Amino acid sequence: MHKAIIGTAIAVLCAATAACTKNDGTPDGAATTAAASALHGDFGPPQGEPIHAVLTSPPEVPPPVNRKYPAKVIVDLEVKELEKDISEGVSYTFWTFGGTVPGSFIRVRQGDTVEFHLRNAPDSKMPHNIDLHGVTGPGGGAASSFTAPGHESQFTFKALNAGIFVYHCATAPVGMHVANGMYGLILVEPPEGLAPVDHEYYVMQGDFYTVGKYREHGHQEFDMQKAIDEKPTYVLFNGAEGSLVAEHALQAKVGETVRLYVGNGGPNLVSSFHVIGEIFDRVRQEGGSIEQHNVQTTLIPAGGAAVVEFHLDVPGSYVLVDHSIFRAFNKGALALLKAEGPENKAIYSGKEADSVYLSDKAVSAAPVAEARAAEASGKLTKEQQIKAGEARFNGTCSVCHQSNGQGLPDVFPPLAASDFLMADKTRAIDIVLNGLSGKVTVNGKTYDSVMPPMSQLNDDEIANILTYVRNSWGNSGDAVSSEEVKAVRASTKRPEGAAH
Amino acid sequence: MDAVRIGRWLFATLAALVAASAGAGSGSGAQQNPYLPIAAARLRSALPAADGGDTVEVARFAMQQHPVTNGEFLAFVRTHPEWQRDRAPAAFVDADYLSHWQAPLALGDGIEARQPVTRVSWFAAAAYCEAQQARLPRWTEWELAAAASEQQRDARADPAWRQRMLDWYAKPASGALSRVGQTPANVYGLQDLHGLVWEWTEDAGSLMLGDDSGQNKADLGKFCGAGALTFKDRDNYAVMMRIALLSSLAARDTTRTLGFRCVRHGSQP
Repeated sequence: MHKAIIGTAIAVLCAATAACTKNDGTPDGAATTAAASALHGDFGPPQGEPIHAVLTSPPEVPPPVNRKYPAKVIVDLEVKELEKDISEGVSYTFWTFGGTVPGSFIRVRQGDTVEFHLRNAPDSKMPHNIDLHGVTGPGGGAASSFTAPGHESQFTFKALNAGIFVYHCATAPVGMHVANGMYGLILVEPPEGLAPVDHEYYVMQGDFYTVGKYREHGHQEFDMQKAIDEKPTYVLFNGAEGSLVAEHALQAKVGETVRLYVGNGGPNLVSSFHVIGEIFDRVRQEGGSIEQHNVQTTLIPAGGAAVVEFHLDVPGSYVLVDHSIFRAFNKGALALLKAEGPENKAIYSGKEADSVYLSDKAVSAAPVAEARAAEASGKLTKEQQIKAGEARFNGTCSVCHQSNGQGLPDVFPPLAASDFLMADKTRAIDIVLNGLSGKVTVNGKTYDSVMPPMSQLNDDEIANILTYVRNSWGNSGDAVSSEEVKAVRASTKRPEGAAH
Repeated sequence: MDAVRIGRWLFATLAALVAASAGAGSGSGAQQNPYLPIAAARLRSALPAADGGDTVEVARFAMQQHPVTNGEFLAFVRTHPEWQRDRAPAAFVDADYLSHWQAPLALGDGIEARQPVTRVSWFAAAAYCEAQQARLPRWTEWELAAAASEQQRDARADPAWRQRMLDWYAKPASGALSRVGQTPANVYGLQDLHGLVWEWTEDAGSLMLGDDSGQNKADLGKFCGAGALTFKDRDNYAVMMRIALLSSLAARDTTRTLGFRCVRHGSQP
């Protein structure tokens, strides 16, 4: 509708001024009305030498345009179909703009003439195209950019509207192309540019549909029925679980201002974007001219985007989530921004509880990988298992049992020096796999609570976690092998679904 | 679209000349890749029927058991040198035509005779079929044949049938192609309709058109929203992707994963 209205406005203006454009499409020089410019950002023909746009992979953002005149900007974008990890040990075939999910970030200035080259790699299987929401014209460029494998399409548009816009593939079936990762952001800067900030980052949410369950290992295929039912297996920032945690976390320092360009590729879900522990000082939706202040959570529609800014006052880890919160803890919609700098006790006492919010992805995965490699070579030691188990425990189990194994009085039973835990190894495996509800007596105290089944953990993970807890905090026992877990899993009816 | 149509007209003229001068094609390879009969049927196509109805009538035809192979196509260009990659007119083939072969008349290392031939243009594929006194299948014929599974004539409502196709789409095209005849035969005895290569159809260039009266319908299927209006069977993503692929191509284009097979009217073996 927006484009239609703009289009109508242009048509009306053109009629009123007799002719805005000549028949050959070139601007009519000085006759171009100032009123038209103010309305839709046509600042006349491109000036100077053509410029090749700098494209960046997420989470990086190209540098500010810093230009005082409209230019011709050439964008070269290649579509690649490739297999990558969607979660640790889980691979998926993504269709990408530029080899990443989301696709390369494009940055131009309002009034620029953009010459767009869309290439489809020769080893692609599918035809693809691009619909840029920043384009005024039928299909947003889609009809002009339909490109067979091994071909290139070219089309040109003038960036009339300033704002942050989604682009995506719009080849039938559109939903599947988008679900496989074909989206990204294009920023059309206003002529005066944006206020300088210390850091700019590119974050984009998407929902993914795999035949296997969440974190089920191996190569996973696209599940069309789940996509139609809008029941995603994964909801992710930047195309992979853990893409923005640990050593890949976004970085900033206390006292600095961060600007996030946050998009949502969908295909289905609307994001309730929130940064735990921050309040957005400024939020600008889409190309909107109204700036919102003091926003806690901002809606980002599928196929929409926003620019959010905040000043960092206190050091620590800030967790980016979709506050439709099961998506964060059970489908992967977590990312991390780490702020370094001096404490400011006047603003925040410093008793952070962020361990509760960290997914196991935030913990170093190195010991887990080491254990997996050792097991593959038949040389897995108990010490390696303990280390790998600790990493998984801190992500998954410590939420209730606490990282010191003490549990919470009267609510979650302790694992530290636990007579109940150490009495029966098989029972311990069974509880992890199948959960436990009802009364149990641990170290003389009665607990009546519910533990959900953790069957989403694989045999290795459960073996390592139990080896860790049975050899920590005053416990001492033998290792638990993945074969033992496998045997218990096979002998019990496993409840579907699992939760942290 | 116009260019394609002009090209086809040129091709038809040329093909007629070739047929007249060379006499009947040799039909080489027909023994290894027999034409299997498919009975006439009414098909609920993923595309709207020209008459606006829900189904289209597909007459009896016979289709090759598997896609045409490198070996079969090599035999064809030996007897039809005008289709060798160094001789075929640029109007009918693009620069990649048969470029994976070592030489115009040699497959070379790493290319197997039993792999399906790919990087063939619509024109070249149509010429091959012509030489076999056959033609490329129409979309509805291909769709009817491909709707079958090992057990059913129309398995399109079976989630497993769809998923098998989607699984193939999920595999990148960078690896080597399998040989023909590795997938289970469907109820007609046909193989590899899914899971190996895309296949040209005779009407590939006009699939997005409902009929000739539409002004701009070819564009409609290519982008958001409108695409959903063109396709009747909206759930059947897997079939839509084939139509999308075919409609992205001009008749001289080739790709690494696009091959073909031929059909004949009636049920000649």
